[in-house]
Amino acid sequence: MQKRLLAILLVLPALIMIVLFFIVPLFASVVGAFEVGGTMGLGNFTKSFELYSSDMIFTLVIVTVSTVLIGLFSVSIGGYLTLGENPRAMAALRWLYRWPMFIPFIVVGQVMRTFLAKNGLMNNILVSLGLLTPLQTVGFLDWRGIVIAFVWKQTPFVTLLVAGAMASLDRSTIEAARNLGASRLRILIEIVLPQIAATLMVGLILSFVTMMSVLSVPLMINAQSPTMLTADIAFRINAHGDYGVANALGLISLLLTAGAALIYLRQSVKERS
Amino acid sequence: MARIDLWWLPRALVLGLLAFIIFGPLSNLVLWTIAEKWYFPHMLPLEYGLSFWQRVFSPRGNAMESLLTSIVIAALTVIASLALAIPAGYALSRLTLPFRGLILLAFLIPQAFPNLPVYVNIARFFYQIGLNGTIAGVVMVHVTHGLVYAVWIATAAFSAVDVDLEEAARSIGAGPFHAFRDVTLPLAAPGLMASAIFVFLESLDEFTGTYFVGAPDVTTLPLLLYTAGSGGNYQIASITALLLLVPSIGFMLIVERFLRADVLSKVGH
Repeated sequence: MQKRLLAILLVLPALIMIVLFFIVPLFASVVGAFEVGGTMGLGNFTKSFELYSSDMIFTLVIVTVSTVLIGLFSVSIGGYLTLGENPRAMAALRWLYRWPMFIPFIVVGQVMRTFLAKNGLMNNILVSLGLLTPLQTVGFLDWRGIVIAFVWKQTPFVTLLVAGAMASLDRSTIEAARNLGASRLRILIEIVLPQIAATLMVGLILSFVTMMSVLSVPLMINAQSPTMLTADIAFRINAHGDYGVANALGLISLLLTAGAALIYLRQSVKERS
Repeated sequence: MARIDLWWLPRALVLGLLAFIIFGPLSNLVLWTIAEKWYFPHMLPLEYGLSFWQRVFSPRGNAMESLLTSIVIAALTVIASLALAIPAGYALSRLTLPFRGLILLAFLIPQAFPNLPVYVNIARFFYQIGLNGTIAGVVMVHVTHGLVYAVWIATAAFSAVDVDLEEAARSIGAGPFHAFRDVTLPLAAPGLMASAIFVFLESLDEFTGTYFVGAPDVTTLPLLLYTAGSGGNYQIASITALLLLVPSIGFMLIVERFLRADVLSKVGH
């Protein structure tokens, strides 16, 4: 009993921090979303949907497309690192894939803004290689730029988790399938993937949530409409001091994320049982 | 005679493409930091020089001040996070806790919900109690956000240490605190180091919270980068970005030395 008390006391300070500086303000934002000029109501939501419904769809599409691409790339890279047969190519890939992992979003935003612009280095290279004429160049500083920035930055993180899980798998089933003549792609999809699905899910959901709350990338790559909800929230506060609509938009992005979080919770409950 | 492996053709193609995707944007950034004159449709800058570096680091430039502010905030964030996370991680890995799974998940909450509405409301609250625009306020926001890394990695690091070693120390007469300090803590140190670096980088790179809680009084490097970039000054923005990039890439290169697979596989369990 005393030991249990000690355990609770050791965890408590950290928990209080989370409650005080995250859960309480989160609660305040939910309450604030319904506050219209001193009374409670749905005014902020009608205004949000009037002004920003296209941005809601825009946000959801961008984050979903990015998540799918991140999953695809991380499983491909992780799969090659696990099932590849050429040690030198595997070493090169292992060295290559992780470079963007810890680069902050704000730096990714700056890098991509200069690289993907209509007159950025990417188009300049394509023009000098003769693949494009200066008139054919297109800038990618719209939804595509945001997706590219997100996938570029988040794929290494998910790959690290996925490749780690794949490396700790029991090799015997893989070897057995290979001895029976199964192709590597089939082994990846039918044997490896189901065993690491939980890890992949965790990585993807964390990425989903992270992307939902990144402010710098949409501000730097695509600040004009349609843009992501995070940029709208910052705009409501900075330009109008309008906490009501900002909180309503916050609650909406929370609900969009709740779907993803629910999948995660179910996954981890299943794992623990 | 050795046969040429034809598979190297697609392999080299894919690896080359990947290298371009990863290093293209990065070399672009480096070019921008030393470009004096660069406009369309020239592939490379027309003139190179370090005059922007001089401007950034001149006494009148505010990069040095921002760098110092960033480092002070990150260091304070690490100290506070570890002070909270080491006891919590130990309890979560070694002691019996009711609702252990839920407690672990609680630390994920700051990562599992979009942060922006929270920062907005913290800023409002901090404004009332005079914490807005102070280093202490920014540190509190960074600690809350970094705790998930600190606590989860600390928990995994302690779980990866063999319980028998601690029990052996206890059985030859070491008290619980001594056994922890002399046996468990040193063995978990690489994992704790990794969590410290994670928290340090998270704080160094944090933009959104600082933007609402710190600005305009506390200017960290990310805020400086954002201001320079939105003013169209790509050279200054790129130099600041490069300053933020160096520690991130350095950590990426050494992360596995600290975060071994046995610890990594226990994260979140």
